Amino acid sequence: MLTPDELRSQVAEFLAAHDPASTERLEFLRARFDAGLAWVHYPAGLGGQGLPRSLQVVVDREFLAGGAPTNHPERNGIGLGMAAPTILAHGTPEQKERWLRPLWTGEEIWCQLFSEPGAGSDLAGLATRAIRDGETWTASGQKVWTSSAHMAKRALLVARTDPDAPKHEGLTYFALDMKQPGVEVRPLRQITGEAEFNEVFLTDAQIPDADRIGDVGQGWTVSMSTLMNERVSIGGNAMPREGGMIASAARTWREHPELRTPGLYDRLLRLWADAEVARLAGARLRQQLAAGQPGPEGSAAKLAFARLNQEISEFEVELAGGDGLLYDDWTLRRPEGANFFGRNPGFRFLRAKGNSIEGGTSEILRNIIAERVLGLPKEARVDTGPWKDLPR
Amino acid sequence: MTETTASEATVNDTASGQPVADTAAAGADAAARGPGASGHNRPARTANLLYGETETELRAAVRELLADKAPWRDVLARTETGQTYDDSLWHTLAAEVGCAGLLIPESLGGAGASYREAAVVAEEVGRAVAPVPFLGSAVIATTALQAAGDTEFLPELASGALTASLAIPFAAGTRYRPEATVRLDAPQRGDERGDYRLTGTITGLADALLAGLLIVPVDSVPFGLYAVRVSQPGIGKRPLVSLDMTRQLCEVRLESVLARRVAAGQPAEQAVAAALLAGAGILASEQLGLAEQCLDTTVAYVKERRQFARPVGGFQAIKHRLADLWVSVTQARAAARYAADWLAAGFGPETTMAVALAKATCSDTALKAAQEMIQLHGGIGFTWEHPAHLYLKRAKADSIGLGTADAHRASLDVLANLPAPE
Repeated sequence: MLTPDELRSQVAEFLAAHDPASTERLEFLRARFDAGLAWVHYPAGLGGQGLPRSLQVVVDREFLAGGAPTNHPERNGIGLGMAAPTILAHGTPEQKERWLRPLWTGEEIWCQLFSEPGAGSDLAGLATRAIRDGETWTASGQKVWTSSAHMAKRALLVARTDPDAPKHEGLTYFALDMKQPGVEVRPLRQITGEAEFNEVFLTDAQIPDADRIGDVGQGWTVSMSTLMNERVSIGGNAMPREGGMIASAARTWREHPELRTPGLYDRLLRLWADAEVARLAGARLRQQLAAGQPGPEGSAAKLAFARLNQEISEFEVELAGGDGLLYDDWTLRRPEGANFFGRNPGFRFLRAKGNSIEGGTSEILRNIIAERVLGLPKEARVDTGPWKDLPR
Repeated sequence: MTETTASEATVNDTASGQPVADTAAAGADAAARGPGASGHNRPARTANLLYGETETELRAAVRELLADKAPWRDVLARTETGQTYDDSLWHTLAAEVGCAGLLIPESLGGAGASYREAAVVAEEVGRAVAPVPFLGSAVIATTALQAAGDTEFLPELASGALTASLAIPFAAGTRYRPEATVRLDAPQRGDERGDYRLTGTITGLADALLAGLLIVPVDSVPFGLYAVRVSQPGIGKRPLVSLDMTRQLCEVRLESVLARRVAAGQPAEQAVAAALLAGAGILASEQLGLAEQCLDTTVAYVKERRQFARPVGGFQAIKHRLADLWVSVTQARAAARYAADWLAAGFGPETTMAVALAKATCSDTALKAAQEMIQLHGGIGFTWEHPAHLYLKRAKADSIGLGTADAHRASLDVLANLPAPE
């Protein structure tokens, strides 16, 4: 096993051979991937060296200090956080070879075509159809809540391939080429005024069978592993004290004594303490993962953050008083990712409402915790039998 | 004593390769780049928030003992006797399992362990609502003596031969200043040099009924901390009818009792502050254990209890409440471990912060857990013949003991630079 120091010297050698100042950005990133220094916990030949994930931070720090170009992970969150682990777990060797490198370098942005107007919390009820003809599948349907679809080269797609099977069993998972005539992307405007998300209409979109991920009918299993990664990544980012939504509320409090009231003060102290404890819970979760003792606490993180983000942003608008009545910009903008900062408290207040809906509603998460962590009985189901016969 | 390797990345890591969720994690992710990332009060060391191997072994030993010697029916029955603390159980826990000497160095007969291990014992004591003065003697009084630099009583405390109590009301917060209810009295004929006499009354003491040694703060000039052996004339202990009879309070009357000064002036004040801080931090772990037990018991019950021909635990109204409680317990565990780890590292400003966060969080969580336990048990949970009320009473008393959640949050004014309104 490599020590952090040995890893550091690997990076130093790499930087000596590929001077960031004179190497073209993409060339540098491809070389870094090929040297196994992209994501060190990935296997050799796929951008990594099979090392513990905890060593990634060592590599990142060295590249940052060496002035290396980045792969702009913020532009490819779905790709790095969800597509890559799904491909790694369920892709063929040929698919891994073909997709992971351009994914990591950011040459190919990925998006996720899961939710539909009629399939939100009930994802397995989705209706987008894919029909096979020889070595090609033809997909048609409507997807929604797709971030990055307007920038994406590829999409993770779950589609119904067997309407006669029970709903969880008739699904198949694909990687869809977004740049083709059968794919239409339209902005979906949210309550913030922004269009961070998209609607995606598939009309006879073509998918080679070589781009199917997992077996026919295994789409639900593969989707679950994608969603698991989505939720893991929520508690996944280390952050400093006062690193979250509480930052601007606390700053406003410190800078504006005239806004302080006893009622607001009590709320601020509660929110500050809760935010700090939620941060510690995230740190503890990462320590568990690093020590090889993964626990179910990850699903607690999203619930906690959704509640905190909403309460803190509500507080912040109220604290702002008259300024809380103003909004910075209602024009339809197309941000590259969700970013709470650089906008005013009103934006944060509105955007945080999505936190308890996106990536699994808080209600669904409570069901998951109750059933999978606490072992409580499942709801009685009425949606068994062939999917095509279910009431819609 | 125990170390679990933990590699917490304290640096901000968004450089590359790391997954950055851009939907659900928007808040958490944006947070990593947020403007508050100045780190002006960021601790320099990384706390280990896990349980080590030795801690896990210690937990198993304590849990086994308490399951055997302190089943809830016995605990309940004892609350209605004249001997509410379990002397025999305490002796076994203190001497045989070695819990009395956890914080005491091996050279003085202790285990040379730390607050991390003490916290694990406290969790188990909370789980069992055990009537033992572990917190008062092995944590608070022991910390006071050690912080005062006094070693005379520590070997006796470590062996379990002596139980001690710091004579400060349980309701005292970490900003406690002693009231002038105890004064230095005139020396008596035959007193030796270094002997002092104390007279006064202190009320609302926890874990003092079994104490053979009282450590009494006296707010004179200089402020002093005095050791008083209970086995002498002039000392009266009066048990108080308490909300929580698993940790019964008492009043202590001192009539010109013989005392020895263990510290004076600033060292004495610091010893009291350290003891109250450690007490509040370890009490948070006791509250965590109590909350876990309430959650576990309730989850088990709703799986069995049937109404409308199905287990009531299958109804979403109940599932969601328990899921929320589980989330709260998860957060409380992180806070309690953070406090225990910082206490083990010393008594700096971050330790104060950690204890404030832990006591505030765990007070709320333990009370919530006990209240949910009663509600989700329905009628049976409201009866004397079910343990839920023991947990509710202990949780409520613990939430007031050693500083309320509100008082601990109020200390964030300085700790986190959040000034109060003018």
